[in-house]
Amino acid sequence: MATIYIDHKAYEVTPGKNVLETCLTLGFDLPYFCWHPAMGSVGACRQCAIKLFKDEEDTKGRLVMSCMETVKDNMYLSIEDPSARAFRTQVIEWLMTNHPHDCAVCDEGGSCHLQDMTVMTGHNYRRFQFPKRSYKNQYLGPFINHEMNRCIQCYRCVRFYKDYAGGKDLDVFAAHNHVYFGRAADGTLESEFSGNLAEVCPTGVFTDKSLKSHYTRKWDMTMAPSICQHCSLGCNIIAGERYGELRQITNRYNGAVNGYFICDRGRFGYEFVNSINRIQQPLVRAHIPEPADKDSLYRQLAIILTKHRTIGIASPRASLEANFALRQLVGKENFYQGVSETEAQLMRNILLTLNAGHTHSPSLKETEAADVVFILGEDLTNSAPMLALAVRQAIRKVPFEKAAQISIPTWHDAALRELAQEEKGELFIAYPTKTKLDELAGKPLHLSPDEIARLGYAVAAYLNTNSPAPEGLSKHSLKLARHIADSLKKAKNSLIICGTSLFNEAIINAATNIAMALSGEEKKANLSFIVPECNSMGLAMMDAPSLTYAMEALENRDIDTVIVLENDLYRRGGKKEIDLLLEQRKNLVVLDHLHHETSNKASILIPVATFAEAEGTIVNNEGRAQRFFQVFSPKNENFRESWSWLDEFRQFQNGISPEELQEPGNLLAGMVRLMPQFKGVDTLSPAADFRISGQKIPREPHRYSGRTAMLANINVSEPKPPEDHHSALSFTMEGYKGMPPAPLIPFFWAPGWNSVQSVNKYQTEVGGSLRGGDPGERLFSEIRSAERRYQNHIPPTFIPSAGEWLILPLPHIFGSEELSIYSPGINERSPKPYIAINRKDAKNLNAVENDLVQLRIQDQSYFLPVRIMEELPEGLAGIPYQIPGLTGISWPAKGILTKGNT
Amino acid sequence: MLSTDEIRRIDHEIALVPVRKAASIEALKIVQHHRGWISDESLQAIAAHLGMSAEELDSVATFYNLIFRKPVGRNIILLCDSISCYVMGYEQIYTHLQALLHIKFGETTPDDRFTLLPNPCLGSCDHAPVLMINQDTYRDLTTEKLQEILKEYK
Amino acid sequence: MERPLTQHINFNRSSLNLKDYQSVGGYQAVEKALTSMAPGDITKMVIEADLKGRGGAGFSTGTKWSFVPMNTLGQTKYLIANADEMEPGTFKDRMLLEGNPHQLIEGMIVAAYAIQANISYVFLRWAYKKAAWLIKHAIEEAYTAGYLGKNILGSGFNLEMHLHTGIGRYMCGEETALLNALEGKRATPRTKPPFPQVSGLFGKPTIVNNVETLCNIPHIVNHGADWFKDLSPGSDAGTKIYGISGRVNKPGLWELPMGTTVRELLETHAGGMKKGVSFRAVLPGGASTDFLVEEHLDVKMDYKSIAAAGSRLGTGTMIVLDDQTCPVGFIHNLEHFFAQESCGWCTPCREGLPWTEKILLSIENGTGRPEDLELLEMHTKHLGPGNTFCALAPGAMEPLQSGLKYFRADFEKHIKEKKCPWR
Ligand SMILES: Cc1cc2nc3c(=O)[nH]c(=O)nc-3n(C[C@H](O)[C@H](O)[C@H](O)COP(=O)(O)O)c2cc1C
Ligand code: SF4
Ligand code: FES
Repeated sequence: MATIYIDHKAYEVTPGKNVLETCLTLGFDLPYFCWHPAMGSVGACRQCAIKLFKDEEDTKGRLVMSCMETVKDNMYLSIEDPSARAFRTQVIEWLMTNHPHDCAVCDEGGSCHLQDMTVMTGHNYRRFQFPKRSYKNQYLGPFINHEMNRCIQCYRCVRFYKDYAGGKDLDVFAAHNHVYFGRAADGTLESEFSGNLAEVCPTGVFTDKSLKSHYTRKWDMTMAPSICQHCSLGCNIIAGERYGELRQITNRYNGAVNGYFICDRGRFGYEFVNSINRIQQPLVRAHIPEPADKDSLYRQLAIILTKHRTIGIASPRASLEANFALRQLVGKENFYQGVSETEAQLMRNILLTLNAGHTHSPSLKETEAADVVFILGEDLTNSAPMLALAVRQAIRKVPFEKAAQISIPTWHDAALRELAQEEKGELFIAYPTKTKLDELAGKPLHLSPDEIARLGYAVAAYLNTNSPAPEGLSKHSLKLARHIADSLKKAKNSLIICGTSLFNEAIINAATNIAMALSGEEKKANLSFIVPECNSMGLAMMDAPSLTYAMEALENRDIDTVIVLENDLYRRGGKKEIDLLLEQRKNLVVLDHLHHETSNKASILIPVATFAEAEGTIVNNEGRAQRFFQVFSPKNENFRESWSWLDEFRQFQNGISPEELQEPGNLLAGMVRLMPQFKGVDTLSPAADFRISGQKIPREPHRYSGRTAMLANINVSEPKPPEDHHSALSFTMEGYKGMPPAPLIPFFWAPGWNSVQSVNKYQTEVGGSLRGGDPGERLFSEIRSAERRYQNHIPPTFIPSAGEWLILPLPHIFGSEELSIYSPGINERSPKPYIAINRKDAKNLNAVENDLVQLRIQDQSYFLPVRIMEELPEGLAGIPYQIPGLTGISWPAKGILTKGNT
Repeated sequence: MLSTDEIRRIDHEIALVPVRKAASIEALKIVQHHRGWISDESLQAIAAHLGMSAEELDSVATFYNLIFRKPVGRNIILLCDSISCYVMGYEQIYTHLQALLHIKFGETTPDDRFTLLPNPCLGSCDHAPVLMINQDTYRDLTTEKLQEILKEYK
Repeated sequence: MERPLTQHINFNRSSLNLKDYQSVGGYQAVEKALTSMAPGDITKMVIEADLKGRGGAGFSTGTKWSFVPMNTLGQTKYLIANADEMEPGTFKDRMLLEGNPHQLIEGMIVAAYAIQANISYVFLRWAYKKAAWLIKHAIEEAYTAGYLGKNILGSGFNLEMHLHTGIGRYMCGEETALLNALEGKRATPRTKPPFPQVSGLFGKPTIVNNVETLCNIPHIVNHGADWFKDLSPGSDAGTKIYGISGRVNKPGLWELPMGTTVRELLETHAGGMKKGVSFRAVLPGGASTDFLVEEHLDVKMDYKSIAAAGSRLGTGTMIVLDDQTCPVGFIHNLEHFFAQESCGWCTPCREGLPWTEKILLSIENGTGRPEDLELLEMHTKHLGPGNTFCALAPGAMEPLQSGLKYFRADFEKHIKEKKCPWR
């Protein structure tokens, strides 16, 4: 620890950090722009100036930029020094000379860092008498709006987009006071992380375009802590509502998970909540679907929900509560995972490894500390975007050691980049096609899935002779494997990443072997699994049989009713088998929020709440259980949480009276009792009766406006605000105004800090964990349980077979995910169907780019335009995974290609 | 598309630096030398050759004074407008040039013969006022000399 | 009076080629250094000679070299000659480059040897077309003669040398921005620390020295530190190339002992003011130095004396303000330059300089207001050293702050009369 003196008062602080972050950690209101906790310091804006004195005697001191000074013992500083204050005010005045002062019509108004800092420094009167410079704005695609006149040239946008996230198509142009931030020409921003610009930019230059279509100020939104539902990483988000519509998703800081950023799928994928495709009302389908009231619905259900003759099909995108409620309703033996047997088997395998405890499942934050990374069979940018971003940071940090030798601290971003230049940590990627991270990898390895596994096995065998080696590997591959093994061995903190994207178990086995071989007695190697959906891990942990067994049950047992929970089964298997499955039953009860192919077949269709209207718990790929909270109480009373419907349905089977219905807390407690692996999920957040000073935590900021007027056109008497019986959050602006417990932070705000930068106030130290600990609970103990056993199912060499192709599911961040595609912007960015093959294969097919090719796969036939991918190994054909029009395939898949529409 | 000669020269510069991108300024100079200015197409071609995005290269190109991102005339007049030339009366030279060519700073004659640009100190302050046309520096300028000088450039 | 740097330069003859240069003792310093001196000895000698950087900041050259890590076998290091010379009113390096390019190359070889750099660059301003041709040619000659390349003079020392011509930006002369320009990036400055001596070009240890600084090196090596100190009777060692531009009878450049007075330069060497104009003030060391006035004419042009008079030696090339030139217009011209050449990286410089320029223009045009003077003063205060990212803006404030001091009446007159009295 070091002692520093700020305005004559002593503070114990951590040496080596920069003075700005230290001051913020200590709670001082020191203004800044160019510094960013995740991106470090560059000293450009000069806003964070303070006085530094030589010693106690020195009264003159000199002005320094606090973000560029390293904390040392016995530092004498002043924030209040009049000349430092005057300079800070002056910096704002300069920044304001050309700023349009259009706060009233600016989307950033009310959550604007520039506004906050202007007020903080006390600049108010305008002395600049000359015309302002003005710029043309650019069209940047469906996600981000551009308003360059508001720019204060802090360079954060390019530092995030280019330096941090590796984007290529946003930059700074020109010089002096003409600098311009944008693209070379109008066009869609290509980065998958572009949405963060809206949070990184301290003013209204880059703003959320989706918010614009139903604009609401931050202070007018009802917000709740939530978890992103669009991939398995479980990034923490804040979701905001007004007038019954979900309006915005922003990052919710979690020091262990997503830190300061989220991806564009997570930020812009929310609009399915507002979709016209929502199921509005219970339907009972006799011949034609009839809207049903509660009575007729319950009458029907009472008839069909007979014990022993009902099975439940769960969902990897439904919460633990919902899945468990279904299990309780139908009984353990009638409860099936709503995923294919292949997927279920992959997940069982993953769980086995995670439970064995020989390896470590790292958090996103821990990922950033890896020094050598080996990715097997995943295109991270598309299957787990934020992990791709974390890998980028990891690779970049390797030269930091060299920097430390010449006393460059890790926050000194500019100096680090100048020193490191193109130097990076080692990254190996084995994947059939090019991926965006390839640019960071020494030499990307474009291999078929089985060859990826074989390479992985070879690497593991080099690391530990107990791990079996594949036969028949080429000299070249062996050399490569040895090289990778050597790098991993040298690493201080190696990271192996694999996942389910290619539906190839051998890859998972090989990756597991590598990680096990690398794990020592004291230190375990990091092994990250990417899994398919937001709660795939949680569902798998319930250990239920797959759809295949549901099918078997239907065939062999006297089942007449199937309940499908939040699941479009046509995304789970081949169209034919699902058709068959659904035809075999008498009654099909579907609970979901959107209409889809499965719901169209339902005899009883029940609308449910989306994540925004529900409380729930999901488990991410790391094994971290996280809770999301209801953002708003929907106007449509039918939008009830699945668990609440299902729990109520128990009365038809068990004869319980509705009063005995479960609270979500009880549900979880019950679940932990029955399935001890879930220990901890029932205590993720303070209970519903939690109060601070007798008060609940308000979901609305204290400046929430128009409450009495909002609905005055319908009824002049203000309706009673909805009550939340399930959580300690309230749906109003009244309640406890101080710091809420970390799992219950509905929005970030602190006096004087209206923008998201207020997150500093919620952390134990800048960039550290939230006060009281980052929310979420890891469910894998990681205590070595079983003996270390190497997997041994090495696939044979992949040989392209004449006529039959191995079809690869190629994930797309925009398009492959079921719910986000309902956002118009995401839809616009999603690819049109295509089939990727390499040039030689195309030639053999007599096809050139864009030629239509017929793909026959599992009795289905698709006509797809050819996309030549030079790097793709022979005998493989890739199609975009699960985009509209390409569902109903059972993976892994083989197919037959023919040119033309014959 | 870059010509083979341009590519040869750029590749020579690339060979001298540790990373391809580091040859960006040289590459811009080479192409501008051949084509007079850097069009969007040229920019893209150079960027592709250097493994950069158009944005990255344009960020560099637009930073510097002497990379022209708009078409220029056959001859470029750079008139020094810095302090010694100010004292020694560059403003009269400018007025006179305007009268002769009917263009202002930043403009090109309709026949594309001249582009006129202001330029910071040309390092011949002891012989102010000074201007440069293409490769040639003219010192101790007087309005009388101007017409003669311009004649040389077709 | 010795003129080591310029004695062989004669603009009536063409520049010295390799043979010419060798015939007047050229490359002896390279021979001596590479074959009989250890790198550290050279650095020590340069420290003892008290050679201060001629690029403007006046930092001890040998001390700067001594920060380069030396136990770095096989590590790439760079030596760069800063020949960007773009400061208005400065034209001294041009003479050295055009008159005797081999002298610079020799200085660079010795300097590179002293820090054990193996790659060197001449970063030349684009406008110096003739110098570019000459240097290119001279480098080729030096390679052919074995002064550059592998195993120079059998010493085992290797050195590559390249010529890089910039594409126009004053910032490129700032040593860290220069590094960015050489890396093919925008020439914005870098923070110090880390200093280029440890993390410079492409992240490797790098020394950047001014052309004139480097040209002194061969002479110091040949004649010793004491000789160099004795060149000047004053407190600073060596000679200096002084220059004068403006309305004087014989504007030009002269190599004279450090510490020559302003008056001697103005009256003896520049031949006094032109007929019909009289002296008002002078910027002693280029556009980014404070004005000196009549009362300072006997100030010695060395680092200390000029500092005591409230200005800086800078580049030692003076710009004279005469009584027929409007000081407001004069200063406006300077601030226009600085505002244009700001790189746009840090706020005070990017936003502050254009503001001062606009105010000055409005005063000059007769639309200024009394409170504008306060605003100008505010800028001189807040754009001072340490407040901005690099030295460009503080430099820009020097003529303004001293101008406000010495010519306040002229400013006020503009404002009161709503016009420029000189127009
Ligand atoms: C804006 C700016 C422009 C500069 N331009 C030049 C220049 O053109 N030539 C030069 O030698 N030094 C220039 N300098 C000074 C250099 O940064 C650096 O101090 C110098 O090259 C070091 O050489 P020296 O130690 O030999 O003086 C400039 C500094 C600044 C702040
Ligand atoms: S656009 Fe925003 S982030 Fe970028 S420089 Fe301007 S103010 Fe900063
Ligand atoms: S935050 Fe310190 S200079 Fe910008």
